[in-house]
Amino acid sequence: MNEIGLEHLLIVSTCLFFIGIYGFLTRRNMITMLMSVELILNSVNINFIAFNKYLFPDKLDGVFFTVFIITIAAAEAAVAIAIIINLYRHYKSIDVNDAEKMRF
Amino acid sequence: MSASTIVFYILAVGTIGSALLAVTANKIFRSAVYLLFSLIGIAGIYFYLNFEFIAAVQIVVYVGGIVVLIIFSIFLTHESGKDMEKPNTMRVIFSALSALFACLFTLFFIREQTFIKTLNASVEPTVKNIGRQMLSTTEHGFILPFEVVSMLLLAAMIGCIVIAIKSRPAA
Repeated sequence: MNEIGLEHLLIVSTCLFFIGIYGFLTRRNMITMLMSVELILNSVNINFIAFNKYLFPDKLDGVFFTVFIITIAAAEAAVAIAIIINLYRHYKSIDVNDAEKMRF
Repeated sequence: MSASTIVFYILAVGTIGSALLAVTANKIFRSAVYLLFSLIGIAGIYFYLNFEFIAAVQIVVYVGGIVVLIIFSIFLTHESGKDMEKPNTMRVIFSALSALFACLFTLFFIREQTFIKTLNASVEPTVKNIGRQMLSTTEHGFILPFEVVSMLLLAAMIGCIVIAIKSRPAA
């Protein structure tokens, strides 16, 4: 267990993933829920990089998947924050229990 | 225990610890700052694995972009400094239990699984190799997803403007 191997990275990413799940289930505030989603996406990225490094060093596919996931996460965060700010204008609250009607 | 192992454990403990604080902190601004440290720790893990390009992208996009966006939206929607409403105890207990058991279940599977490494010659993940393969139009190139993602970013940008724009009442 002295050498850092694939299992160590998988343990780290599993812990991060379920910390994100826990945050997503307990928080009722949209911005903190978005932060939990970012944690989940990051744990997936660690998995892609770890498999690329330790199992398939002859390919770069894990790197490309990671780059595309980071791009899409940025787009998703921007759209989510636009929706949150719009909801705040209508309801003066960003609690998920207050946002029952998501329409104009 | 070598120095590199110790560095990895410090990075891992810092990342997981600040992620835990990010999902449990009472004040929302503190939660965002802990998320920032967690993302920096993940970038450190990428540096540790010699993926410098991914680490740089992680710092530029997440730390420089998404966390700043989140902090801005916190200032637009909250009185920062006020505590957030506490979730009810039953929900916390059941969420923690389900996350804990799912985590242990996954760790058990990781322990049981044997991973087989490929024997082919390795490719260095340098910026040159990544750029050549990403923009190549041959069989293993990634030019098509690259263009699709650029369309997606344009669509997301227009969508953000349309959603967040203030609609004036009709005259």
